[in-house]
Amino acid sequence: MITQSATQAIEVTINGKTYRRVVESRQLLVHFIRDTLGLTGTHIGCDTGSCGACSIIMNGKLVKSCMLLAPQADGAVIETVEGLAHDGELSALQESFRDHHGLQCGYCTPGMLMAATYLLRNNPSPSEEEIRRGIKGNICRCTGYVNIVRSIKAVADGAQLDMGDGVAKEV
Amino acid sequence: MSAASNGRTATRERVTTWTGQGIPRKEDDRLVQGEGSFIDDMGMQGQGYAWFVRSPHAHARIVSIDVSPALALDGVYAVLTGEEAKSMCQEPFFRIAPGAASHIEEWPLAVGKVRYQGDAVAVVLADTRENARDAAELIEIEYDPLPAVVDGVEAAESSAPILHEEAGTNVAWNGVFNYGDIDWALENADHVVKIDRLHFHRFSSTPIEAAGAVVDWDVGSGVVTIHTNHQMPMFAAMFMGPTLGVPINKFSFSSRDIGGAFGTKIGFYPQLAALALLSKKAGRPVKWTEYRTENLLSSTHGNERTFLDIEVPVMADGTILGFKTRAYDDVGAYLHYEPLGGVIWSQVLPGCYKLKHIKVDYSATLTNKCPVSPNRGYSRMQHLWLIERIVDTVARELGFDPIELRKLNFVQPEDYPYETPNGCVYDSGDLPRSLDMALELVEADYWRARQKELGKGKGKRIGIGVGSTLDSGTNNFGQARIINPELPFSGNGEAAIAKLDLYGEVNVNLGTSPQGQGHETTAAQVAADILNVSPDKVTVSIGFEQANNSYIGFSGTYASQFAVTGLGAVMGAAQKLRDEILEVGAYALGLSKDEVELSDGVCVSKNDPSKSIPFIGIANLVYTNNAVLTPELREKVSLTCRYVYTPPFQVPDTDRKWGNLTLTYASQIHACVVEVDEETGEVKILAYAAVDDCGRRINPAIVEGQVHGAAGLGIAAALYESFDYDEDGQLMQPSFYEYHVGTALDIPHIRTSYIESPSPFTPNGAKGMGEGGGGALHAVCNAIQDTLDKDDAIVYDSHNSWERVYDLLKSGERQAPRGVSVLSRVSGS
Ligand code: FES
Ligand code: FES
Repeated sequence: MITQSATQAIEVTINGKTYRRVVESRQLLVHFIRDTLGLTGTHIGCDTGSCGACSIIMNGKLVKSCMLLAPQADGAVIETVEGLAHDGELSALQESFRDHHGLQCGYCTPGMLMAATYLLRNNPSPSEEEIRRGIKGNICRCTGYVNIVRSIKAVADGAQLDMGDGVAKEV
Repeated sequence: MSAASNGRTATRERVTTWTGQGIPRKEDDRLVQGEGSFIDDMGMQGQGYAWFVRSPHAHARIVSIDVSPALALDGVYAVLTGEEAKSMCQEPFFRIAPGAASHIEEWPLAVGKVRYQGDAVAVVLADTRENARDAAELIEIEYDPLPAVVDGVEAAESSAPILHEEAGTNVAWNGVFNYGDIDWALENADHVVKIDRLHFHRFSSTPIEAAGAVVDWDVGSGVVTIHTNHQMPMFAAMFMGPTLGVPINKFSFSSRDIGGAFGTKIGFYPQLAALALLSKKAGRPVKWTEYRTENLLSSTHGNERTFLDIEVPVMADGTILGFKTRAYDDVGAYLHYEPLGGVIWSQVLPGCYKLKHIKVDYSATLTNKCPVSPNRGYSRMQHLWLIERIVDTVARELGFDPIELRKLNFVQPEDYPYETPNGCVYDSGDLPRSLDMALELVEADYWRARQKELGKGKGKRIGIGVGSTLDSGTNNFGQARIINPELPFSGNGEAAIAKLDLYGEVNVNLGTSPQGQGHETTAAQVAADILNVSPDKVTVSIGFEQANNSYIGFSGTYASQFAVTGLGAVMGAAQKLRDEILEVGAYALGLSKDEVELSDGVCVSKNDPSKSIPFIGIANLVYTNNAVLTPELREKVSLTCRYVYTPPFQVPDTDRKWGNLTLTYASQIHACVVEVDEETGEVKILAYAAVDDCGRRINPAIVEGQVHGAAGLGIAAALYESFDYDEDGQLMQPSFYEYHVGTALDIPHIRTSYIESPSPFTPNGAKGMGEGGGGALHAVCNAIQDTLDKDDAIVYDSHNSWERVYDLLKSGERQAPRGVSVLSRVSGS
């Protein structure tokens, strides 16, 4: 027989704003962020922690919010995609993704941006290999990753308009 | 390299035409900020959460279902079972198949029997996601398991268990496609290469956003509101309407942002129908979010095709005369779009080559597996893979260079327009040049030298492969009649509305439901050129809304056609609007229509720039000041202009299976260099390139992104992704743990280049593109082949795990069957 689960009060700071809520103890953190708080920029793409669509930065670490229960975030400081732009200014990575066609459907993009933000914070000038390792937990089905890697590289190099070698050039 | 020279501009400076510029997309500002509206972001007041109860068995009789324990749980609103759903329906879903398979009855939920692991038996509605899942687990279902058939060839045998007793056979459709004289060719060729069996595996592009919907059946008005990420919503409406007894104008379909689809979001109309009935029963809106395991088990797989007894007549100089084979398409347990796949492949019957004598005995068979429906490259990539494997195998067995053999047999640039043996017309292209460009991009000469140097037996081997492929776009739906002559389908098209709004705003809306293809951007570019404004001033409605957007029955985003049909419609609508604006503007300025022009949102005299009226003034005259217009103008002008683009198609000859089945043929040539580890079979891609020719590119950056995407999915499918069922019909990869989706470490950098061979058949010279024809599967398989010894088996499967590659590497020394033989009537070549 299933017994419906207990509830618990939690306090979480997301993008600088503190939320106090009573949650079902078994609620996933990603559902708390999306359904309870309405921050729907963080997405869900799998049920096994494999796709990274739900990636957030929690207490300075990149985590998959589908792999945590909401009560585990009690007291945590969280950053989500909604917190990347400031006063209407896109972050350098957001701008770079837009300018390098680093997204198509845009569903993986919030998680990808969080992974890339985390990567560049810890390694401001990664090699292509390091970029690929940095986003290996984030699946994109649309782009073949080429323009995502370019978008991140452009910010890392501070050279926004370096399009790499493959852009539609006549041989 | 400057930003402009590579086809992208980071800022929107004034340019001669917006068409052809790689401007940043209008979609992206919202998407990079997490402000897109995807299906799980939607909801309705008072909604419950739905959870489908799915069969654990591949094939079983449903003995009993007891829903009472679920209903007893707090928070559960309703449970709907298959029998009850059927009793609420008017008729089974519309059937495409003729003959025996036309008797197959499919209802929104399984009735009496389940036919694959994941078949939906019931659906629960509760106040939370969690309670819905809990309740689903409490439903007690007794099954009587039946033997399952999981192989598409075995399914056709008389001993196989029958899935649908009403049909009495598992063969959903059979057709013989016979052109030229293959028997003559086989008798008279200098060589005949025989391949025993080739197998194109099952996989899916698995968009990261799974399916979903918020559905409300409002009993008072009879309106069924369906927010969903279905990629062809009005097609779903055509399937659902007669079954649910709902007229089309009582549906209200809508979509906003869609998180990828790749064809796989066409087949889920049974789920939508079940949700509509659940909403009707529960008297409240229903929200359903498909979870990944559910998606992998039951949403859609791509077509799995087995080719048997392939025979290829070849002349001494390398001219390939054609081929014959028997093809079995394993389409799974129900026919959701099938058996249309049975004719779609014949759009590319001879592939990129001048093959004249072709015979394919094709069958679509039902198996106890997830139903298939379109998946990027739908049905053509299976066939193109066959042809590419044939060409490579012929080269290998007869000692030709695979590149030279391709060039010899290619349709040549001077041959266009080229009519294929089945009446399709290839519009334009330059395949030999594309091939040279692809080889240059991967630095093939360098790798050839490395390959020789390294040789074999030193731990690593190098292989180089190419894949030549066509991306046929803009279907003639008349080809459905080759499957079933009774079907009232033909032609194709798309609708658009261009409108000047009350304060002079330019708005465009489309019948399409894009999933990342950037329609807002390209439609704005096209309209901007015609109306002479910046694309920033053109608002293209996001997604699709049945009530506001214009559509026809084929509307949607699928099958590589938007650049032709969608933008053809935008062109037509914008031209009409331009005409109306000029007419009203000229009247307001006291000039004739040919004395005025449009410039940056203003209608201005050509001779005297001081005489002008802005769009807001024009809108004012028509919408809120129309007494100043003449009665003729009032009658003529609405500033809301609808246009339907239709391609110039005729109905195919169904007896001969002959006709022009698609309007355009974009080509893609892929080249791939692999390194294979002799000890483990691991395949690593060292260099990869794709050269695309899709005629005029409206937005080169978007085109290049589509090439990357198609290549990425193909590479992942070739090396990592496969759906396999055990003999009991249990899916071995029901989650992303087992189904290894290609990551940024698996997919290499993809170099691209392009040719533009404008299509003579389209309004803008563009060709539909995006699916990519499975080019990566062909190239990767051919590169692996290139690492093998002469006495090894041939690459016989489109999926090559390390283990399979290892077996291939060892096949020669183990004296395993090679899977190929040659009959030669002349010596040497
Ligand atoms: S949803 Fe969290 S990893 Fe996929
Ligand atoms: S942009 Fe669609 S999944 Fe990445």
